[in-house]
Amino acid sequence: MTHTRIDKAFARLRAENRPALVTYFMAGDPDYETALRIMKALPGAGSDIIELGMPFSDPMADGPAIQAAGQRALKGGQTLARTLEMARAFRQGDDTTPIVMMGYYNPIYIYGVERFLADARAAGIDGLIVVDLPPEMDEELCLPAIGAGINFIRLATPTTDDKRLPKVLENTSGFVYYVSMTGITGSALPDTSKVGAAVSRIKGHTSLPVCVGFGVKTAAQARAIGAVADGVVVGTAIVNAIANVLGPDGRATADPAEAVSTLVRGLAGGVREARLATAE
Amino acid sequence: MNTPAEPNSFRIGPDEQGMFGIFGGRFVAETLMPLILDLEAHWEAAKKDPAFKAELEHLGTHYTGRPSPLYFAERLTEHLGGAKIYFKRDELNHTGSHKINNCLGQILLARRMGKTRIIAETGAGQHGVATATVAARFGLPCVVYMGATDVERQAPNVFRMKLLGAEVKPVSAGHGTLKDAMNEALRDWVTNVENTYYLIGTAAGPHPYPEMVRDFQSVIGTEVREQILAAEGRLPDLLVAAVGGGSNAIGLFHPFLDERKVAIVGVEAGGRGLEGDEHCASLTAGRPGVLHGNRTYLLQNEDGQIKEGHSISAGLDYPGIGPEHSWLKESGRVEYVPIMDHEALEAFQLLTRLEGIIPALEPAHALAEVIKRAPKMGKDQIIVMNLCGRGDKDVFSAAKHLGMEI
Repeated sequence: MTHTRIDKAFARLRAENRPALVTYFMAGDPDYETALRIMKALPGAGSDIIELGMPFSDPMADGPAIQAAGQRALKGGQTLARTLEMARAFRQGDDTTPIVMMGYYNPIYIYGVERFLADARAAGIDGLIVVDLPPEMDEELCLPAIGAGINFIRLATPTTDDKRLPKVLENTSGFVYYVSMTGITGSALPDTSKVGAAVSRIKGHTSLPVCVGFGVKTAAQARAIGAVADGVVVGTAIVNAIANVLGPDGRATADPAEAVSTLVRGLAGGVREARLATAE
Repeated sequence: MNTPAEPNSFRIGPDEQGMFGIFGGRFVAETLMPLILDLEAHWEAAKKDPAFKAELEHLGTHYTGRPSPLYFAERLTEHLGGAKIYFKRDELNHTGSHKINNCLGQILLARRMGKTRIIAETGAGQHGVATATVAARFGLPCVVYMGATDVERQAPNVFRMKLLGAEVKPVSAGHGTLKDAMNEALRDWVTNVENTYYLIGTAAGPHPYPEMVRDFQSVIGTEVREQILAAEGRLPDLLVAAVGGGSNAIGLFHPFLDERKVAIVGVEAGGRGLEGDEHCASLTAGRPGVLHGNRTYLLQNEDGQIKEGHSISAGLDYPGIGPEHSWLKESGRVEYVPIMDHEALEAFQLLTRLEGIIPALEPAHALAEVIKRAPKMGKDQIIVMNLCGRGDKDVFSAAKHLGMEI
């Protein structure tokens, strides 16, 4: 058992008997300053854990919304170094909300794994989700991250069967991210009973919290998923809330941070009703 | 950098993790991992199955037209005044390139795995056409992802694929070239992992693809060995092939890697020159990184973002390279050199005039290197070049580059 901000957050949520709201957004989208304001607004709007997207030119597991967000961020000059800087700036005013960096391996590999882990730790990063590093590649980043005291959070999917689950869970810490379907980010949500069964299956193999993502867009969905999981991950809906207030020239027509806050407040309401719903 | 100690054999890779030294591997999303492992198990079984080998050989002979000839280019040899030049004529294969060798192998494997839907990526359209062809031959639905830019510059191949019953999906992300098509094919695969087989066209991607594609393409080098021994009574002094992803090259090179007296050269697309970003010389001007399931040399910026390359040849227009080539470069066994757009275009015309063979722009790059080297070699020396594709698909874009109207 590790002792990161993630572990502490889940302990607190267990005491409150409610699931976590995990919010993803892309660092640097639509620009550095706005993205930092969005990040700072998330905890107040009800986000329990922040997933900080690291933009990559070739996001193979992402749908059009997150692809476009990454392109906007890169166009605005976002780099891995700037993303770490954003986390550092956030930490100056918030030392409790866990930050999980999420993205693809190449920018980290090029930055240098040891240098990255040292800088991430100094910036107050608690966990990593790296889509293209399965357990077979654990020596690349997962094991060094654990050594540096950073959680390595693995994705489990509907194709991860009982035979494979132990391998996926072996070096996972913080929480398990269950991807509720085979597909790219932003697709449609499958039915809740299947998700519940999958969460139970994973929980048969681990004591870690299980968060569910891919396809959650509304407060009602967050409430339904939150009833059967330890956490609900929302990404594409947040990225879309930003895109929706950007004009054709890329300039904001309304405040993106406010748009995100409104959405997240609604989702947080859904998550907070989740266990009440099951108790009824 | 220190040169690594020379291995006992250059033909033993990859290891069990799919690595060629530090290159290769399985850098894919968890959704795909069970499938990749399943593919590997089926591939290991197929390799040992005489029935699989027999069916592939039968198709090679009667459908592809193998063995392809090894042709002595007498007039070109005379013109250059140096080494004797032979062409391995894989451009005479059914569908017009070496791509069919790999497609037949993989579709037999897809069938063994019980997959009912085929997807592929394509750049120039040669792999797309070959995939659409084998999908038609085996009665499986087929979707080909192709960059929107390539759809435009390779219109005849787009029509061919459609005629063959494939659905061609243009990809407008990025620059709309091969890299973007591969991203989109991977997204399709992640979504339809249950029933879909991803038929990768080059010796790259997650393990076991680089090994599998190499083994299917090695028929090229294996035939060359027999043919050159029959023609000359000895092995060649030099092998030359173009490298985009590197499947035709590894197919020619691999059977010769442990013949230390055979020099081997891979030719990359130098585009408009290596100074800027308008080239695809990942081995000469890139550095190791991770993309599309493997670690290999990539064109990328200092933040690890992948660049868009440029080449006159759509088939070489990819910012990466198969991982085994990265390893062969670092081990020093194979030399990799760039050839510029204009040099390839000149070679394209020279071969057409001297030998009556219109080459594809991809092997025209290899030919440009042969034109540089042959005059400096002795008349008793032998070069074998892989003429891996024919130029029918390129006549329209070549005309445009040469300022002619057709």
